Amino acid sequence: MTTRSADSAKAVLEARDVTRTYRMGEVDVHALRGVDFALFQGEFLVLVGASGSGKSTLMNILGGLDRPTSGSVLFDGKDLARAGDRELTEFRRRHVGFVFQFYNLMPSLTARENVALVTEIARDPLAPAEALEMVGLGHRLDHFPSQLSGGEQQRVAVARAIAKRPEILLCDEPTGALDYRSGVVVLEVIERVNQELGTTTAVITHNAPIAAMANRVVILHDGEVEEERRNESRTPASEIRW
Amino acid sequence: MSLSTLNRKLLRNLRETWAQVATIALVVAAGVAAFVALQATVDSLQGSRDRYYEEFRFGDVFASLERAPDPVARQLEGIPGVTGIDTRLVAPVRIPIEATTQPPIGEVVGLPPGGDAPLNRVLLLEGRMMEEGRADEALLLEPFARRFGIVPGDTLPVIMEGTLRQVRIVGIANSPEYVYPAPPGGDAIPDEERFAALWMDREAVAPTFRMEGAFNDVVLRLGPGASLPAVLAEVDRILDPYGGRGAVARDRHRSNYFLDMRFEQLSGMATSVPLVFLAVAAFLLNVVLSRIINLQRGEIAAMKALGYHNREIGLYYGKYVAVVVLLGTVGGFLLGGWMGQGITSTFLRFFGLPLLEYSVPASTFIPAFAVALAFGLVGAFVALRRILRLSPAEAMSPEAPARYRPSFLERLGLGNLFGTSGRMILRELSRHPVRTTLSSVGVALAVGIIIMGRFSMDAMDFIIDSEFYLASREDVSVSLVGPTSDRAVKEVRGIPGVRFAEGLRVTPVRMASDHRSRDVPLYGYPDENRLRILLDGEGRRVPMPVGGVVLTRTLAEMLGVEAGDTVRVRLREGRADERTLVVTGTVTQAFGLQGHMRLEDLNQLLGEDPAVNQLRLALDRGSYPEVERRLSEMPRVMEVTRKEQAVARMRALSGDTQRVLVLVLSLFGAVIAVGVVYNNARVALSVRARDLGSLRVLGFTRREVSTILVGEQMIQVLVAIPFGLWIGRILAGLLAGSIDQEEYRFPLLISTETYAFAVSVVLAAAVASAFLVRRRLDKLDLIGVLKTR
Repeated sequence: MTTRSADSAKAVLEARDVTRTYRMGEVDVHALRGVDFALFQGEFLVLVGASGSGKSTLMNILGGLDRPTSGSVLFDGKDLARAGDRELTEFRRRHVGFVFQFYNLMPSLTARENVALVTEIARDPLAPAEALEMVGLGHRLDHFPSQLSGGEQQRVAVARAIAKRPEILLCDEPTGALDYRSGVVVLEVIERVNQELGTTTAVITHNAPIAAMANRVVILHDGEVEEERRNESRTPASEIRW
Repeated sequence: MSLSTLNRKLLRNLRETWAQVATIALVVAAGVAAFVALQATVDSLQGSRDRYYEEFRFGDVFASLERAPDPVARQLEGIPGVTGIDTRLVAPVRIPIEATTQPPIGEVVGLPPGGDAPLNRVLLLEGRMMEEGRADEALLLEPFARRFGIVPGDTLPVIMEGTLRQVRIVGIANSPEYVYPAPPGGDAIPDEERFAALWMDREAVAPTFRMEGAFNDVVLRLGPGASLPAVLAEVDRILDPYGGRGAVARDRHRSNYFLDMRFEQLSGMATSVPLVFLAVAAFLLNVVLSRIINLQRGEIAAMKALGYHNREIGLYYGKYVAVVVLLGTVGGFLLGGWMGQGITSTFLRFFGLPLLEYSVPASTFIPAFAVALAFGLVGAFVALRRILRLSPAEAMSPEAPARYRPSFLERLGLGNLFGTSGRMILRELSRHPVRTTLSSVGVALAVGIIIMGRFSMDAMDFIIDSEFYLASREDVSVSLVGPTSDRAVKEVRGIPGVRFAEGLRVTPVRMASDHRSRDVPLYGYPDENRLRILLDGEGRRVPMPVGGVVLTRTLAEMLGVEAGDTVRVRLREGRADERTLVVTGTVTQAFGLQGHMRLEDLNQLLGEDPAVNQLRLALDRGSYPEVERRLSEMPRVMEVTRKEQAVARMRALSGDTQRVLVLVLSLFGAVIAVGVVYNNARVALSVRARDLGSLRVLGFTRREVSTILVGEQMIQVLVAIPFGLWIGRILAGLLAGSIDQEEYRFPLLISTETYAFAVSVVLAAAVASAFLVRRRLDKLDLIGVLKTR
């Protein structure tokens, strides 16, 4: 296993002094209070924080699902904070893969078709079967979501996210809705994608043990980066316990 | 205690879901409004007519005769059942005003001193009554006065018994007997331009018409329980020696007859159509409510978890439905009342009825509310029961992924024809066959309702085509003053510009078989007639029978006779006796109850020398003005009617009513289409927000995402259309059947234009609603939906 040096790699995505304020009824909620953060080429990053720490908000902004209140988000020299809806759609379509806590598969499509949904609009995608093979579901191509377990559904979601060969894979609590055993299998799949395809990967979790599998760990607290550390040695997903 | 908290929750829930509450209430309101408006219109029109007839003492039985001395009135008065009588002077005149080349026909009606007739009273709209004893003052019929801009103080030339008089118009008036001003005669079409009534002092004008101490017209009122057939027979018996022309009841009175015809048309629509509206609204309510309850699954589960009984939850949603339905019904009632007033006054204007009596029948509220509530409750409870059957824990946990399978088309191996989005649409539709079917049925009903609304126009076009163009090929028809030697035909043929001329003999008869009888005109045609042709059901020419009579099919049905049977014919002209004729066949005609025979046979029947009293002319192009001038110089010519005018008049008569109905029904059809498509898409949007949000996250554009949502709706609409065309045909058939007019049959013919019109209206409504939903989709908070379950 090679450990990449973050310093030598180039930042793929970079947030500079990002703030995000929501107006909830009568009060302003400061979800992010000036975050500086970068994702480096090929790394496996885990973003840890309690609920309400702002980690999901940060991921949404990085993934082009939301815009910051102030600050900038740089991707390939462009500032996503100032991009329009059309450009953000294009950014998501070409460069980012998402995995959510609730798998968000299309119930009316089979596993293969759920992946094909993305490959049909991507430039140089994997074949859907290949992507599903990679997450260990090569034998369940034509099953509908209702015929798959939660862990399997989440692996289809991972296959769907990586099938377009995105530069960045963003996973928001990917194990949050799964039992331990299924959760580990999903993490193994994500780990493999990171290593075999070299996809820059960020996993968001409130589950601290997962941090052990990262190159780099960022801890968010109350909308600010509280701590950033590098793991000298990574624990394989299969050995993680919670 | 707990209930009051629930009630508070109910109010908040209603407020939170206000948009859905509003859309359902609107659907209910539209259905109720249409129901109430049409009911109110028919009620109010009938109320206005009845009040007018009652207050102005419109007669129940009418008879005209040659001349009878006044004392005969006492015999008529003595007929059992007769409660009121007026023996009058009614005389034909001509009004040679300069505004028309052809002098309109008029009718002088004698009024007693003071102008207060006991029956068929006069409504003075403007000016004053005639002074007693003045033979040069008159009241003029309002539509005619309006048409020619005649006001009190003007003088009108009137030819009475061949003498030109100048009559001073002192007032403008109307009367229940002239609501539809039609000149006397068998096949007259009401025409305010060609006919006027003049009310004059009877004593003063009697000498002019040689009616001193005599009368030539009778109006009778009957008491409750009087036997109409007995009275008619008795009147005929008494008046027979005095040249009686046959008594008729109110339903055959020439003004009331046309009014009835149009009322019938309207009330046919007004009874069947509102029920369809209400049923459609109730149906939509059912569909939409059941889906909204499904959306509240989590809340219902939470209530159960807190220990609420199913009964309490049921009551809670019962109230929810009741509030929505009540809002809709009240709104619809108010809207319908307001619409009804507009429709009523429009119709009253068309009908020429002067009194406005408008009331919204309060009795419509309860059935409207009850029907809507029942459908709403069923819809809500079916959905509720499904959720209540689950354990609270199950119901609170997120729904398992919906089960899908390849759609029917894919199982046929056609799956590759559709992209992934196409497959999503197909599977979504085939997973909910009931819902898809119900939505399509809703849209189909919308198409059907519009077809039903417009079809009466097609039917009228067909009637006009077949009656005025196929069967009668003349350009001009001429009524003669009386039976005239057939030399008149040769004389008319000599007029330059007349290409061909034919003489006809028409005589009023009472035709009977067993106990059934009808007063009808009997036509005599020359051999080898070219201008008036008898056609059978397939449009083939029916030969004129030698020695027998051909009946219109409706007449044959009414008399219960077929070809080969005989009918008794009682003549009213010449030798007024009874003969028996053999029916040799029937002809199909939309209009009229008539008998047809050879001219020679008819002359013989009447015991007269070869004679005609109508001429039919085919003209060279552009020769009409000259021919008309020449005709008006001929002493025996009474009236000249141009076919084009008659057709235009016919179209105008039915056109106004039809246009209003087409408008109302098209609007309603559009509301239904919007209701179905919009509500469906809205609910689909809430149910599937996650899917659609996910697609956006995956990088699908707004257009691509809305294609999936809108595509689903559009497929349902497209599937519904052919079905809707079929429903339209059925509804039109029901409507044609409900217009049960003796002399007026609606053929079930629907034009391509009507089908195309209905489809376009519904498509436009569907596209508009899709557009509205697309706008909502654009506002979708895509992160929000992914975070929630």
